Amino acid sequence: MTTTGLFLIAILALGFLITFQIAKASEYVSVLKGEKKSFEQSNKINAFLMIVFLVLGLIGVWWCNELLYDKTLLRFPSASDHGEDIDRMLIITIAITGIVFFITQILLFWFSYKYQYNPKRSAFYYPHNNKLEVLWTSVPAISLCVLVGFGLVYWTKITGDAPEESLQVEITGKQFGWIYRYPGKDNTFGKKYYRNIDEANGNQLGLIWKDSVINKLDRKGHPAGSVELTADQASFDDIVTNDAIYLIKDRPAKLIINSRDVVHSVGLPHFRLKMDAVPGTPTTLWFTPKYTTEEMKKITNNPRFEYEIACDQMCGNGHYSMKGLIKVVTAEEYILWQAKQVPAYVQAHPADDSQAAPAPAAADSTAPAAVASK
Amino acid sequence: MSNDVALHGHPEVVGSHEAHAHHHKETFITKYVFSQDHKMIAKQFLITGMVWAVIGGLMSVLFRLQLGFPDESFPWLEDVLGRWAKGGKISAENYYALITMHGTVLVFFVLTGGLSGTFANFLIPLQIGARDMASPMMNMLSYWFFFGGSIVMISSLFVQTGPFSGGWTAYPPLSALGDASPGSKVGMDLWIISMAMFIISQLLAGLNYISTVLNMRTKGMSMNRLPLTVWALFFTAVLGVLSFPVLLSGVVLLIFDRHAGSSFYLSDIFIASTNTALPNEGGSAILYQHLFWFLGHPEVYIILLPAMGIASEVLSVNARKPIFGYFAMIISMFAITVLAFLVWAHHMFVTGLNPFLGSVFVLLTLMIAVPSAIKVFNWLTTLFKANIRFTPAMLCAIGFVSLFISGGLTGIFLGNSTLDIHLHDTYFVIAHFHIVMGVSAFFGMFAGVYHWFPKMYGRYMNNTLAYIHFWGTIIGAYLIFWPMHYEGFAGMPRRYLDYGIWESFKQFAELNKFISIVAIITFALQFLFLFNFFYSIFKGRKVKDQNPWKANTLEWTTPINPGHGNWPGEIPEVHRWAYDYSKDGRDFIPQTEPIDPNESKH
Repeated sequence: MTTTGLFLIAILALGFLITFQIAKASEYVSVLKGEKKSFEQSNKINAFLMIVFLVLGLIGVWWCNELLYDKTLLRFPSASDHGEDIDRMLIITIAITGIVFFITQILLFWFSYKYQYNPKRSAFYYPHNNKLEVLWTSVPAISLCVLVGFGLVYWTKITGDAPEESLQVEITGKQFGWIYRYPGKDNTFGKKYYRNIDEANGNQLGLIWKDSVINKLDRKGHPAGSVELTADQASFDDIVTNDAIYLIKDRPAKLIINSRDVVHSVGLPHFRLKMDAVPGTPTTLWFTPKYTTEEMKKITNNPRFEYEIACDQMCGNGHYSMKGLIKVVTAEEYILWQAKQVPAYVQAHPADDSQAAPAPAAADSTAPAAVASK
Repeated sequence: MSNDVALHGHPEVVGSHEAHAHHHKETFITKYVFSQDHKMIAKQFLITGMVWAVIGGLMSVLFRLQLGFPDESFPWLEDVLGRWAKGGKISAENYYALITMHGTVLVFFVLTGGLSGTFANFLIPLQIGARDMASPMMNMLSYWFFFGGSIVMISSLFVQTGPFSGGWTAYPPLSALGDASPGSKVGMDLWIISMAMFIISQLLAGLNYISTVLNMRTKGMSMNRLPLTVWALFFTAVLGVLSFPVLLSGVVLLIFDRHAGSSFYLSDIFIASTNTALPNEGGSAILYQHLFWFLGHPEVYIILLPAMGIASEVLSVNARKPIFGYFAMIISMFAITVLAFLVWAHHMFVTGLNPFLGSVFVLLTLMIAVPSAIKVFNWLTTLFKANIRFTPAMLCAIGFVSLFISGGLTGIFLGNSTLDIHLHDTYFVIAHFHIVMGVSAFFGMFAGVYHWFPKMYGRYMNNTLAYIHFWGTIIGAYLIFWPMHYEGFAGMPRRYLDYGIWESFKQFAELNKFISIVAIITFALQFLFLFNFFYSIFKGRKVKDQNPWKANTLEWTTPINPGHGNWPGEIPEVHRWAYDYSKDGRDFIPQTEPIDPNESKH
């Protein structure tokens, strides 16, 4: 142990010892002075501290707000339309709960101070009052109804169906990163199967590019049936990337959220949105971005600004580094970006580049289920 | 009749104190270790809870060091902790193990075992007028299962792959797959075994509390004369008995998924670290979350209700006023108990839950704010025109109310699904639940310890130390948790080791440092309480007055140091409720005093 450590512990122990001695001494003093007198004295001090705590606390609340407000998202407009509703809801809730907070805290500490022990007075025997009780059952109930009302209107809107013209992007969480997929030219996501995942050969989502039979094994390595996979036409032009999601300003975007291993969560603080990624159960989330990344750099006055995707669900030891990126661009920029993208199939099979997709029977791509279990 | 049962059930504790001593030879083992005396079991729960609180608190100090000073290393940490702090830094693996253990330990072993375990055991028989619990044997077993669970949990800290590190909620698949996280290997098995033992302990205890309250009240102690502490502890026991089995079922299915190859929670999983696709198909990870939160939410009230009961009693005694709205208090506690079972899915608004189901849970969740508001206003009115004695217990009860308001109000944000989308799993949540069920429940516990210490040990705790402890702790608590709301408003996620790589969250580095420093100081302050407690057991000022706080409840009619059986003679009869303070010009009228025909009615 270093000397600083020892030194700190010594200081702590010394402070502790002094406090204890003072406490012990004050107990003796109170015995000498008479219990009643010393009780009255300490009672006055504590009552006074109640009011000091209240006043300093209120100043502290204001000061904390001064210091920290600018570091939060509250001072910037939300970057999505849903986020604007959420911000409005937040302000209404802060206002209502804020009023209650100040009234009740002030009453609590003020009463404590005002009704401190006084030998000349006795307490007021006041066991109940039905009118008052009805009052403070109904007023909170009504204000909560207001909050529930607003909340549910927005909630229904946010969780409702995405508009038809939405840009669809699939986002898949894995330990510890994100995989993004665009449906490509046909605007249809190709089918995938998790046993087909082959990272070494550029198939990190398990897209079904060729007809095959996968022999299942149970956890002890014994055979457990097999699955017949039929290549899915729609998967050949799917674009898979780990760089960023590109979205278009003012065009609704629908995220289809998956996980490859454990539960993750797509957290989008600037859009005020969030949705878990659950293995085996796809979820969705839609919103309309309002500002491009470039515009947000100006709004936030931060040249390094990015729409970061933060994993919000504990997913293992790398959880804190599971960062994704959304780039919101204009429609023109999006077309340019899209033109540069190479489908995952082509990337994984550079040799068959000329053939593009070695189409098996074209009808297959429309088959309802490409995965048939045996 | 109820007392006949008690008397026949425990012939050794009937009659005078001498007779008691004659029948019952107590050895060190039966008196202090395998004791069946509810008062001793309460003390065992309390002291075990304190040990756990120190361990759990120390864990938070360690991970706060990392959070506050991510770029620094503390070589002395390695000297003390060895592989837990290689190179003087807390690694990601250990950081996550620490936060997971901190949560598990504080929620279950301190605030459930330590809080309701202590006060239900201590107060129920004393305040209802019973010689002991309905089944002292079950009561003893409940402590020893709790102790066993504790030992298993501690042992998990020392296994090679480390303790469980996937968060105290233990969501699968992370908690089911050893390949996804080293903490999910043996550490998770030990976590499950420990939790199973803890649940058994809670069930044994809860059934005992319920049957004791229902069957063993003394003559005249009708349910509507029970002190609010007993009501609160009764509802707590009901909650625990109905919800803990569901958690047990949840973790048993988890064991099957881990070791028996079942697929309750697992489906479509590819593990990159081993490059394998798992055979499990068709399970639902969300099922576990439903089972977990079906306990997890009532658990919040299992922690809070005893604190509410203690605060109500302490506020009334020291305000020298009856608690305002006694029946409203009971009804609101009943409403909280019922609603506690119907709100669990508000922890799951962003899991892809059906939005309509979500709206039902919003409504039910915000409904629970109504009984909570009633309680707060009733506490405030109890202080109105009071004559307050600021004993340390009273200060802590006021601190409890203040923190309950602050933390309760932020619950209205999170219970509203629209806002939860934004605030879920951010520091806003950390601030909310640490204030409302962490610190405020701790204040309830402190209030209880300061108030009933004279009854437990026949001595007083030192007031000056208690005052310093109270003011330091409440200031520290607000300084730590109030600013965290702002981190939440920035969307800053919880359970991150380091925010340095995040453009969106790195602006809080200074604040994190500040919070860590205050947390360490506040933790150190708790040693004042601990020292005060243990020192006063042996050296505290002796209690000379049978009823030092001039309270009405039955525990103060027992001798200063009650033996096993509590009352040396007959159990006193009860004639009135527990809250006749400052009535008809009298400072207090104990429950045992018959109603005078000239007395005013309320």
